[in-house]
Amino acid sequence: MTSIAAAPHARRKELLAALLRSGSFLTGVIIVLFWIACALFGRHFVPYDPLAEDILDSLAQPSAQHWFGTDPLGRDIFSRFIVGSRDILTVAPLATVLGTLIGTALGLLTGYFRGIVDDVVSRLFEAFMAMPTIIVALLAIVALGTSKTTVIIVIGLAFAPSIARTVRSAVLSERELDYVAAAKLRRENAAHIMFVEILPNVLPPVVVESTVRLSYAIFGVATLSFLGFGLQPPSPDWGLSISANYGMIAGGYWWTVLFDALAIASLVIGVNLIADGLHGALDA
Amino acid sequence: MVFLGSQVLPGSVALSILGPEADPRSVELLNHQLGVDRPLLVQWFGWIWHFLHGDMGLSYVHQAPVSPMVMQALGYSLKLAAVALLLVVPLGIVGGVVAALKVNRPLDRIISLGGLSATVLPEFVSGIILILVLGIWLHWLPISAAWPNGADPLTQIYYLVLPSLPLVLVLFGYISRMARAGMIEAVESDYTRTAVLKGLTWGQVVWRHVLRNALLPTVTVVVTQAGYLMGGLVVIETLFRYPGIGSLIFTAATQKDFPILESGVFVVGTIFTMTTFLADLSYSVLNPRIRMGTGQ
Repeated sequence: MTSIAAAPHARRKELLAALLRSGSFLTGVIIVLFWIACALFGRHFVPYDPLAEDILDSLAQPSAQHWFGTDPLGRDIFSRFIVGSRDILTVAPLATVLGTLIGTALGLLTGYFRGIVDDVVSRLFEAFMAMPTIIVALLAIVALGTSKTTVIIVIGLAFAPSIARTVRSAVLSERELDYVAAAKLRRENAAHIMFVEILPNVLPPVVVESTVRLSYAIFGVATLSFLGFGLQPPSPDWGLSISANYGMIAGGYWWTVLFDALAIASLVIGVNLIADGLHGALDA
Repeated sequence: MVFLGSQVLPGSVALSILGPEADPRSVELLNHQLGVDRPLLVQWFGWIWHFLHGDMGLSYVHQAPVSPMVMQALGYSLKLAAVALLLVVPLGIVGGVVAALKVNRPLDRIISLGGLSATVLPEFVSGIILILVLGIWLHWLPISAAWPNGADPLTQIYYLVLPSLPLVLVLFGYISRMARAGMIEAVESDYTRTAVLKGLTWGQVVWRHVLRNALLPTVTVVVTQAGYLMGGLVVIETLFRYPGIGSLIFTAATQKDFPILESGVFVVGTIFTMTTFLADLSYSVLNPRIRMGTGQ
């Protein structure tokens, strides 16, 4: 009895050890934790109010007073840089959770029942994925109006098919195994078999796929904000700031966009390193 | 689908053209002129009919035919996409092959992780950094994609290198990863061992036996990703103010100019579907093992 109970525990320990050995995973965690800390507590530590305008001190170069300079409205770029992770770190993870929930449910259904459910849903997904994601999102947001909720729903729905596909292929091999046959013999109902028996066993690929999706969600939200269809002013969001200021880089005002660009880059790369580490640890 | 999507968009078209303070009677008149007050199905069949005849209707905003606008923009976009593919295909394959030959050594990790990271960088982020570094600080490349009038093709390509680099970064990861996986599989295969055992040098083995087999899946990825390029173009063309189909769709979306939006998205969707089809096709042509309906 104890040995059975200890088995998953030992496996978890092994997994954790593998993750901690992976340099890329640790680097990713440190970067992402840094930005989460900034999103949560940054407001209390920044030298200036990120929304306070000071038109007399606009477009100031980086200096001891304004470490990263000021933007055309005289707002302190360092302060905006620190708190700029707030919105994207709410919207992108929520979109990913939504996409993972829908995708996992659909993947379980199509993989378990096969047949006509599978055919219909799979064809629908193919039709949906026949368009570049960003164009689908653009159309949907023009149709539904711009708000955080719309962005979450649109990105979440756009990612559901790829998660469903991952889950479906994992379920297809699981459903042939003995424990599923045993559960059927016990006359468990289909929902119980799918969500209680199969789901825990397909979790590793789901975790990896949704971490990868999270980095694409950040990609997507940042891009939509840059295009003016995502987060709206006066949010200090990075993509939004870049979109407001990139027209001036030819004039030499590099500090108005460079730091925000580096911030987005570090965040997506951080999440991606975590995904890479998880992939290595869960596959091994 | 695109058509329905744009029809459910809230807000009267005439209102968005004339502005919120327009006189209700002129709004009604304009709606009638544009034909948007007719039943949906009538509009839809009309649109398909004309589209198939190469007539994409009149732009609401510009009051001019859409077809020439879309076709001209498509031409610009294809030029940009071609430059990006010309750069990324050799780079990605070389990267993947080098990584596979040094598998699990530091160089492999650098190429693989670097490629993976570049893939998730939004195009406007890498675009901004590249403009600053290559265009403004080093003065290596022009920061605008607008070449002088009457420039020869080589000059045009020179102007398109910087805008295509962010797309190259995104695609490099995919292509090098596929090339690497294909290479590793081929290096570990029996025919490679046979080739080594029959006394060929390592260079000959790689060149004659490994590469040919390894690059099959890569070709498919290249074709598939040509479809992705269409999406990436929206951002890149906006950032570089390049008059391609991406920026046409983007502008139409902001202005609710549905004839342009519909035709643009329809053209992009068609190209996307065609490249996916070509990818399947090229795979079966290149790989005799899954060629269907021949032999038996």
